[in-house]
Amino acid sequence: MQALTNRAKQVSRDPMTFMERLYLPNIVKGMAITFSHIFKKQPTIQYPEQKREFSPVFRGLHVLNRDEEGRENCTACGLCAVACPAEAITMEAAERMPGEEHLYREEKYAAKYEINMLRCIFCGLCEEACPKDAIYLSETFAPANFTRKGFIYGKDDLLIPDKNTAPEEYAAARGAARN
Amino acid sequence: MTLLALDWILILEKLILIAIIVFASLGIALYTTFSERKVAAVLQDRPGPNRAGPMGLLQPLADGLKLIMKEEIIPNSASKALFILGPAMAMTAALMTCAVIPWSSSVELFGRKIDLQIADINIGILYVFGVVSMGVYGIMIGGWASNNKFSLMAALRGASQAISYELAMGLSLIAVLMISGSLSLKTIVDQQMAPGAWWNIVYQPLGFILFFICAMAECNRTPFDLPEAENELNMGYHQEYSSMKLGFYLFAEYVNMIMSSAVMASLYFGGYDVPFLDESSLAPNIAAIIGVLSLLTKIVIFLFLFMWIRWTIPRFRYDQLMNLGWKSLIPLALLNMLATGAVILWQQG
Repeated sequence: MQALTNRAKQVSRDPMTFMERLYLPNIVKGMAITFSHIFKKQPTIQYPEQKREFSPVFRGLHVLNRDEEGRENCTACGLCAVACPAEAITMEAAERMPGEEHLYREEKYAAKYEINMLRCIFCGLCEEACPKDAIYLSETFAPANFTRKGFIYGKDDLLIPDKNTAPEEYAAARGAARN
Repeated sequence: MTLLALDWILILEKLILIAIIVFASLGIALYTTFSERKVAAVLQDRPGPNRAGPMGLLQPLADGLKLIMKEEIIPNSASKALFILGPAMAMTAALMTCAVIPWSSSVELFGRKIDLQIADINIGILYVFGVVSMGVYGIMIGGWASNNKFSLMAALRGASQAISYELAMGLSLIAVLMISGSLSLKTIVDQQMAPGAWWNIVYQPLGFILFFICAMAECNRTPFDLPEAENELNMGYHQEYSSMKLGFYLFAEYVNMIMSSAVMASLYFGGYDVPFLDESSLAPNIAAIIGVLSLLTKIVIFLFLFMWIRWTIPRFRYDQLMNLGWKSLIPLALLNMLATGAVILWQQG
């Protein structure tokens, strides 16, 4: 029979030779192999201190964007929620009152915006659906949590810190690689 | 100071020696668990425990603390007295071995000559064998008293394995005894230390390999760790044990390893002898310290060998274990014994 790959090896069913039945030579051979591993480079990344570099297309935790003046982009149109295949996004809209122009870019904004990170599959379709450039997937990922409720991220978790007043938190929310 | 016609200072000095050796071997056992994990990690391209303290050096203390703080559970259906007796016996038997091991030559302190050996009894090696076989009772009683099928199975395996391998061990030992003509470990070491004398490994290479394999089986180390075969018997004879009782079993295994390393070093590798160094030319105290360090180095090398083997080869199947013990090791040990006897006769005649 034609083999699919060349990696298959014929198993020998011959009775063991005397040297094989001694076991010890083969054990010594195996011990030499394990000993050589002492000098191999360890691939371990010491997680909290070191972090793995993400690729530029990595899709991580969501952020809600602000514009150049620090106003929220989101207008609570609901297109992201419609696009979401996992139905992880819910929101409630509210009207911008006079005097709130420095907070929200347009007349309508999201009073409540929640993403359930346990449902989310990090496909990035919300990012593509958004007409206002309001939602982006950053290069960070959701940290562990003790309760299921803790994984429902509200607006205060998602909204990106203001670039002008808190640049460090802004960079951290976007993820290390892309700033 | 001869009240009741006893040398009271001798008793005091022996008590201090016992305390030092027992605590030292427990401390070394503690750190052997750590080095076991480190060696395993390094052989598998991992860094191993490195969080507790610098380089993870406080890890064994954290482990010990965890074991002590854990809830003490005795199963309802277990036989209580025996359940407690099991780990106690395992630990006692493991620690008792150190009584006859000559740790070094003697030191001179406060004008007294103190032997660095708790008891130089003339049947030293027989005592070691007697005590080591007692260790099996710890496993046997613990596993049986747990009233658990898996534990009982593991205990049975442990007992039958120990009996089978003690035979081959004793037979390979007889060849050494024929060379040395003495059962006292001190005498055996002194003979190897004498100027111009070789270590026993030179005369008994096959005997040493047999003894080493049997020692591994006696310590329940991989590839002979059938009594604690996790993937067949859940956890083995200590499945029902928790807290420090479990800790006693685990420590007893490591203390056993240290003691059998010490015995092997004394029997085959000259004990506290440093090769190509004439100890009698040094001051006795310095010679004694060098001797202790030399024996400790040999023990550490043996411990590494134990670990290295454990993380290299898989466990034997039960029938393979018995085949190896009865059909290979015992005949080979007998052959070795006969050959040694023949050579000795030929040299005399």
